[in-house]
Amino acid sequence: MIHDQADYVREDESVHEPLLSEKGETTVDVRESSPLPDDLTREELTLPSPSEPEIARHYTRLSQMNWAIDSGPYPLGSCTMKYNPKFTEDVAADPNAVIHPDRSARSAQGNLELQYRLQEFLGEIGGMDAVTLQPPAGAAGEFTGIAVAKAYHEHHGNDRSEVVIPASAHGTNFATAAMAGYDVVELPSGDDGRVDVEALEAAVGDDTAALMLTNPNTVGLFERDITEIADIVHDAGGLLYYDGANLNALLGRGRPGDMGFDVMHYNVHKTFATPHGGGGPGAGPVGVVDELAEFLPAPRVRKRESGSGYEPFDPDETIGKVHGFGGNWLVLVKTYAYIARLGDEGLADAAAKAVLNANYLAEQIDLEVPYGPFHHEFAATAGDRDAADVAKRMLDFGVHPPTTKWPEMVPEAMLTEPTEIEGQSSLDDLAAAFNLAYADSDEALDAAPNRTAASRIDQVAAARDPRLSWQALDEE
Amino acid sequence: MSGTGGTPYAPHTDSETAAMLSAIGVDGEESLFDIPAAVAFDGEFGIEPRSERDIRAECSRMFARNDDLVEFLGRGHYGHYVPSVVDHLADRAEFLTSYTQYQPEVSQGFLQALFEYQSMLVELTGLPVANCSMYDAATALGEAATLADRVRSTSGDVVLVPDHLREGKRAVLSNYCAGAELTVESYPMADGNADVEALADRAGDDVVMVYAESPTVRGCVEERLAEIGDVAADADALFTLGSDPVSLSVLQEPASVGADVVVGEAGALGLPTAYGMGLGLFACRDEFLRQVPGRLVGAGEDAAGDRAFTLTLQTREQHIRKERATSNICTNQAWVALRAAIHAATLGPDGLVDLANDCVRGAESLADRLGDVQGAAAPVHDRHHVREFVVRVDQPAVAIAEDLEAEGFAVHPIGEHLLQVCVTDLNAERTDGLVAAFEEVI
Repeated sequence: MIHDQADYVREDESVHEPLLSEKGETTVDVRESSPLPDDLTREELTLPSPSEPEIARHYTRLSQMNWAIDSGPYPLGSCTMKYNPKFTEDVAADPNAVIHPDRSARSAQGNLELQYRLQEFLGEIGGMDAVTLQPPAGAAGEFTGIAVAKAYHEHHGNDRSEVVIPASAHGTNFATAAMAGYDVVELPSGDDGRVDVEALEAAVGDDTAALMLTNPNTVGLFERDITEIADIVHDAGGLLYYDGANLNALLGRGRPGDMGFDVMHYNVHKTFATPHGGGGPGAGPVGVVDELAEFLPAPRVRKRESGSGYEPFDPDETIGKVHGFGGNWLVLVKTYAYIARLGDEGLADAAAKAVLNANYLAEQIDLEVPYGPFHHEFAATAGDRDAADVAKRMLDFGVHPPTTKWPEMVPEAMLTEPTEIEGQSSLDDLAAAFNLAYADSDEALDAAPNRTAASRIDQVAAARDPRLSWQALDEE
Repeated sequence: MSGTGGTPYAPHTDSETAAMLSAIGVDGEESLFDIPAAVAFDGEFGIEPRSERDIRAECSRMFARNDDLVEFLGRGHYGHYVPSVVDHLADRAEFLTSYTQYQPEVSQGFLQALFEYQSMLVELTGLPVANCSMYDAATALGEAATLADRVRSTSGDVVLVPDHLREGKRAVLSNYCAGAELTVESYPMADGNADVEALADRAGDDVVMVYAESPTVRGCVEERLAEIGDVAADADALFTLGSDPVSLSVLQEPASVGADVVVGEAGALGLPTAYGMGLGLFACRDEFLRQVPGRLVGAGEDAAGDRAFTLTLQTREQHIRKERATSNICTNQAWVALRAAIHAATLGPDGLVDLANDCVRGAESLADRLGDVQGAAAPVHDRHHVREFVVRVDQPAVAIAEDLEAEGFAVHPIGEHLLQVCVTDLNAERTDGLVAAFEEVI
């Protein structure tokens, strides 16, 4: 398949769609109209002043120069780029849902009810006893979970300084542990791509606050020794943290709570199909076992003791807050709608089809996949080709390429997660794109991509001379 | 979709599923799962799958259980009218269903939109670097504190914040500070503004950051920002200023008063009141460029020599720098930033200035009217206000707020005898009703 992305080029100026500022700016004398005294105001404000028709065209053109799930396959490993059901947008657009967060509980019963129900859904799905919806993204969920773990240890008089993380983990895990004030102990992967239990035993001790683990891991492998891993960590007095990025593989077949995990986050924009929005918003609710519930952020939502209605409450030993208000509400509404649409069987089927798709796709491509059996994603290796170049060439064949050069345990990795939304024919298209690009000449790879709005962008040069605003461009 | 009960969002027919299983060489989907029996889940969640129509009806019934109130609420979360064009353009699936621009050649559209968003914030703040979003104002403030900890050479560990600060914002800041072993301390207020003399007395070697807001959480325009900036500079502390893009359209440019970092709630543009969902504004001086948290879009060139955009300076970020990253943030609020940019473009500078001026006049006028009600005094602080202000009531504030709610109006009780009222373009036409209700319940 061939795909020519829409493009708008002003050849005389060597630019694609002009910037809004290039379409005309207006300067307003602020002090002329402001009721405030001059010493409290700025002198003037200069910004673009396009008409609505110009705005409609500008952003429509920009949208046409942007790949999305609705454009075609988007198998970014670890990102779970599922189709985002349209009806969830309509559910979240309900004008009665967009109330102010400081309303009294008695006047916000509808929103509190949805929050309560979603807490219950997520608790069931993860096998967790208590859930907070407040963290606004996966990494914020990690930060929340590790802060909860820290509060738990401090509450019990345990001074622990380390978080253990497998080398193959998401970069956010390491950054989160550091943000929470922990030293990171990096655990090398075993020969089979999983946690090396002996290395874990050696790494874990009195200083261990937690082990952060993704399961299946970042090359799609289930940690078969999870029970032993949990015992080792718990015996040392540590807690087991579950990174929910790969939960889509387990829906209905395995629950972190049943595997010994004490605390986890859910990436609802991955597992529960809320739109990724060009980078966000997502949401990263956190679930915990009973022993940790009293440390969760405030407030959570519960049923009133009277039996009718819902109320917010602050857990006894709460860590406080991780978002100024209650998190990314509109995303949480879409999450609820998606889970309710699929139900038990739909969720389990999503996992089954996601795993089926990954395994089928891996069968169809000519690249080697060093580790298995994998689940919803696999890390193929581009071998002696440059994975980033192969990816650029794939762009010419009507697909988005996988995540490249990560995780590092696979050389020239192409981490691929097709999700359940692709059917056989689109997986065949994806495989063809892989195989054509992989087999192409060095020259073709170097020259790629050719059919995208922009040709290959020199990112090194862009970083060497950062120009981060139209003001910076104007100065040149 | 396969048979009944499967996900409606997988296209597989039963025969396709069979063909794919056969191509893999297994006899059923179950064989693809490598989960030991001891930890496998064979129970049920108890969630019945339902139709779109059912769920829409259920949620609509649920949301209708929120009382129909006219909200005069603010304190960090603001509603302004969002033009229809914002929804229609931002909801284009090419924007909404895309993700982070890891392949810039095929993602020019979103990158350019974010570059334009950054540029608008550069104009509003006067600072040369703006990232393309944090989660909200509170987390942006937390990131500013950890940035201060990284860039300041002093051995200090104190972050000074105004006594008038939203409790939730302070709680978030405290969590970010805890990991960096920073402590948060308040400085006092003088009639709704910072008590600059008290602040100057407190500021010393142990301070890494001084935070001030304009408008404050009580809606007061901070009148001595440049002096606060000087106090921070004298202590070799970072000066972080909190604001929002509507207020910044008319208030003093942060760079002109010595702000090193600007944070705030950029969701005042582009988002309706959304039960607290936000958009964290983060801008700073050039010298902190390599310490900025979050994504940055830069301009560069493609192989054809045309201008093109790309995520840049990614070596700051978690996916490359891991535990030495400037922040753990990955997924952010990009789509909300897109909405804010479209909203700002729709208003243009004239519209933004008009909106901000109306926020100043509306607060002043409503404060005067409520202050005239027997048993109430407003504004409590003798300052200029943006959108909101504090009212003193003779009776207990909580009881008054409850009575007002019964009349169909929501306001904030913020102290034993203090209420806070926020007026914007969305509720300006309902002020007569609020004043009448005040007269009724007081």
